[in-house]
Amino acid sequence: MGEIPQALVSGLLIGAVYALVAVGLTLVFGVMDIVNFAHGNFLMVGMYVSVFAFSQLGIDPLFSIPIAALAVSMLGIATYLALIKPVLKGPVLSQIIVTFGLLIFLQGAAQFLFKADSRGVPNPILDTFKLQLGTVAAGGPQLAAAVGAVLFTAAIWLFLTRTEIGGALSAVSQDPGAAQLMGINPDRLHMLAWAIAGASVGAAAGLLMSFFTVDPGAGGNFGLVAFVVVSLGGFGSLRGALVAGLCLGVVQDMVGLYAPPYAFAAVFALYLVVVLIRPQGLFGTR
Amino acid sequence: MKRMVALVMLALLAAACGGDSTGGGGNKASLGDIKIGALFPTTGSVATSGADCLHGVELAADILNGKYPNIDLPKLTVGKIVLDEADTQGDAQIGASNVDRLVNTDKVVALTGAFQSAVTITVAQRAERLGIPVVNGSSSSAALTEQGLKYFWRVGPSDRTFAETYFKWLATQSAQHPVKKMVVIHENDQFGNDGAKVISELAPAAGVQITDVQYPFNATDLTPQVQNMRQAAPDAVFVFAFINDLTLMYKTMAQLSYTPPIMLGFGAGYVDPKFIPNLAGKTDDAVTRAAWSLEVTQKNPTAKAVADAFKAKYGSDMTENSARDFEAMLTIGDAIEASGSTDPAKLQAAINRTNLTKTIMAWQGIKFNDKGQNSLAEGLIEQLQGGSYKVLFPQSAASAQVIWPIPAISGH
Repeated sequence: MGEIPQALVSGLLIGAVYALVAVGLTLVFGVMDIVNFAHGNFLMVGMYVSVFAFSQLGIDPLFSIPIAALAVSMLGIATYLALIKPVLKGPVLSQIIVTFGLLIFLQGAAQFLFKADSRGVPNPILDTFKLQLGTVAAGGPQLAAAVGAVLFTAAIWLFLTRTEIGGALSAVSQDPGAAQLMGINPDRLHMLAWAIAGASVGAAAGLLMSFFTVDPGAGGNFGLVAFVVVSLGGFGSLRGALVAGLCLGVVQDMVGLYAPPYAFAAVFALYLVVVLIRPQGLFGTR
Repeated sequence: MKRMVALVMLALLAAACGGDSTGGGGNKASLGDIKIGALFPTTGSVATSGADCLHGVELAADILNGKYPNIDLPKLTVGKIVLDEADTQGDAQIGASNVDRLVNTDKVVALTGAFQSAVTITVAQRAERLGIPVVNGSSSSAALTEQGLKYFWRVGPSDRTFAETYFKWLATQSAQHPVKKMVVIHENDQFGNDGAKVISELAPAAGVQITDVQYPFNATDLTPQVQNMRQAAPDAVFVFAFINDLTLMYKTMAQLSYTPPIMLGFGAGYVDPKFIPNLAGKTDDAVTRAAWSLEVTQKNPTAKAVADAFKAKYGSDMTENSARDFEAMLTIGDAIEASGSTDPAKLQAAINRTNLTKTIMAWQGIKFNDKGQNSLAEGLIEQLQGGSYKVLFPQSAASAQVIWPIPAISGH
């Protein structure tokens, strides 16, 4: 009878992983109204950084998290400066196309540089740790991801609501024009949002490498989940991403326990129901 | 003036050659370059395996073209094979559109590929409509040769053959290791679903009760599936999984502290070059079915020569995938040589008459039944022992005793 508590715990933990991946996506949307379709591939880039930190420098994925976070944060800034800024004043369609193009580019570049091999880190520190409570087990990587998800969401939330720069960021997201009149430079703050989003997804990548493998298509698996999480939780809502990620994980594992083929169908059914009742998502305001 | 003479000489020479090619009888080298389409997933999630398959085809083409005179396999004397490679990206639709391009634009006369059964099926159907032969090596879905296709042949064993081999072997183990309940865990795709279907058909006769556990494409979590497995309390588990899912499955089993008494894999992830490095320390005593094994080379000198050439050329060992696709290419070459033609209908007839006795496999040869399946293909069962796969079955090729139950899959 240990199955139901185990499914619940496993669901919450994998849900936290989903939430962690989604936080950066929702942040960029919240500040700039831009959906970064390449978000899943930012994760893929971070996973490669983590794999190479291990294979070239012998650094365990747990300790290379700051490197991965920094690398993807740089990628975020570069993306903003080179691709997003020029199309900010353009039609929404060109903003969609540009991040979609980046998705294809990153995947192609990874394919070209690293081949399509599935790469993993053998026996990372986190994976050798496990919390066992009676019949219920919780894996180290997922526990760390859960803690990371909560910490990241809380830190970004505190930053946005309690600091001056965070306040400025919120002001820019509400009305860039008015914010500029108040002496706020929206350009720098947009860059900051991309940097934070990159850092969070880079950190998520570092945590994921303790458990998952990476190949050039790895962004697709989690990228799709991140979009469902963000739209379920409400575009732009950090709290929404956290709650939606957890819900998604639990539904997937509980349904999967009794009807494995329908686990993902149930997730999308939940999404449809929520969107029908609350089109703006669980915590969305628009 | 000298140039004029030279030109006239050249024209006469060309005419002489042309005359020779139309002049019936011993018309050697008359077909010139013969384009063969090779469709494999050289990008995408199974690209390591795809490239491996392609290497097998390339080496076979080189041997047919006479680049390895010392290897004791037939050479092509009626022309030169030129491979036209296409990347399916592991996508059935892209595979089918590749066929259109290869046949209509590039004018290939035959096709080989496409590794993943789900892609091979669309490739075979498209080629059937265009009337171009497809000789497949490494797609094992039983359904492929059940479609009534007239232009499709499979050299390697099907999953039905492999499953029969497994049940035969299980019967030999029944005294020490009786198996009454089994789980089949598989992806919800052509390879997995067909495999599960074949097993559900064969299991009743073996007195085995089967529990079916599926997981979706691009799975991010296999906890429910591992829990389902544990609930079923099987005596043994059949696994149909590609490398990423297989890695996730092993890690999830370690996390949930569940290891079945034995896991019996159907190739795919089990023979992926990344299986052992990605899961360092967790893969001890993994069992898989195989169509070929490096151990075959100990008893077959031709196989040894080919495997050595493969290693020298590509830097990695030949695998069951490259070995099967190697044989598929040789079969096409044999049919071209026998028919002396690149006409699809003549090739079709020649492939139907294939009777190859010299192969690099552990089987008797290649001879197709009326469904296009090589009736002589057989499976091997291997277990990973001390870092390499050792043959357990059939007895004639066996080099090790099974380790059963397998040690617990743990995080360490």
